[in-house]
Amino acid sequence: MKSLLRGMFGSQSAGTPSKPGESIRSLFSSRNTPTTTLTRSSRGLQEFFNYIRGQSGLTILDFGAATQQNVSFITNLGHRLYSENFLQLLKESFASDPEQANPGAIEHFLKHALDYPEGQFDGVLIWDVLEYLSPPLLSAVVERLHKIVRPNSYMLAFFHSDDKQDAVPFYTFRIQDPTTLQVEQGGSHQPLQLFNNRRLEKLFAQFASVKFFLTRERLREVIIKV
Amino acid sequence: MWNKRREEESPKPTTSPAPSAVAPSAPAPTAPKPIEPKKETPMSSTPMGRIEPESRGGSATIGKAVKIVGQIYSKEELFVDGDLEGTLEALEHRLTIGPNGTVHATVKAREVVVLGSIQGNVEAADKIEIRKDAKLVGDIRTARIVIEDGAYFKGSIDIVKAEAMKNAPKPQVAPPAPAAATPAPAAAGVSGNPR
Repeated sequence: MKSLLRGMFGSQSAGTPSKPGESIRSLFSSRNTPTTTLTRSSRGLQEFFNYIRGQSGLTILDFGAATQQNVSFITNLGHRLYSENFLQLLKESFASDPEQANPGAIEHFLKHALDYPEGQFDGVLIWDVLEYLSPPLLSAVVERLHKIVRPNSYMLAFFHSDDKQDAVPFYTFRIQDPTTLQVEQGGSHQPLQLFNNRRLEKLFAQFASVKFFLTRERLREVIIKV
Repeated sequence: MWNKRREEESPKPTTSPAPSAVAPSAPAPTAPKPIEPKKETPMSSTPMGRIEPESRGGSATIGKAVKIVGQIYSKEELFVDGDLEGTLEALEHRLTIGPNGTVHATVKAREVVVLGSIQGNVEAADKIEIRKDAKLVGDIRTARIVIEDGAYFKGSIDIVKAEAMKNAPKPQVAPPAPAAATPAPAAAGVSGNPR
């Protein structure tokens, strides 16, 4: 079965990350593949909205492509929403640098994706986009997030936890209510890096705290306090 | 020979509406039929070969071959399918950016529908719709937003109720300057052709 999957999704051995450009290209070439949608509870989402409950007028940054559900949900709570379409920007910025290693390209990407004043945001919905980043780009993005998110705010990020997986689906996350996510999945890609709890703690070492929740789909939901 | 025979033949009696009243006789010469007035097909006064767009009251179009650099203030519904740089306002009306429309401008309207591309801040008092394959980069301030899957949006969204937007202090607006229209060599369409 593993060799069959490798044949379908790539010839790389289990646990070996794919090249950055391949992941992004796979994402955008799989847009027309059939998708399945499931609804599941999300402990990470629940924690995130618990922390901002009772407040209005916050500024929330969403790294996913703008969807009607997410826009309506956040704005109906009285918050201002910033939408980044992170993966589309990633594709455009690194079209000629699939390794995502060029410092100039990284700086250019940060200028277009995360050029905000310090302490601008009161919360960030990162979803699973950090899995598409190479190590140098990931470090740069996490460092930038530390600057532009207000202290004592929270971020929600998803990471696949099983390092024996060959490929994981592409996801679109839509908020159904404060504890429930509608997850549309289609196509597949290999995460560029595989994280266990220890690696995630190291990644977010400069942040105040990191909390993990593991889902049945072997997705690690991470709440990061700035 | 045949013609003679025909002449010798007695004429066939013609059918009359009241045979009892009218004795058969030689056919009377047929009275000329009255000339009925021809039913005239209503015709446009437009010269042949020129097709006028169907006009509805109160809407204008900027065609896809038109580029405008400047300020547009519209007091009617507006459909923009060309290039625009500057400022675009249709405060009490609907503004539609067509699929070929490329707008690099600050946009203000009662309602905004985006099928093409906007780069700039948008203020829509009632509603903004961003359709699939449309692109909007800029900050949005509106009472309601509809965004289809597949639309590209980067920027912020502020939901402001319509009353709050009306009560907001309006910035002083400079008197409108005449727009510089640059028609392309191909036939450009700037007409009252609403979509």
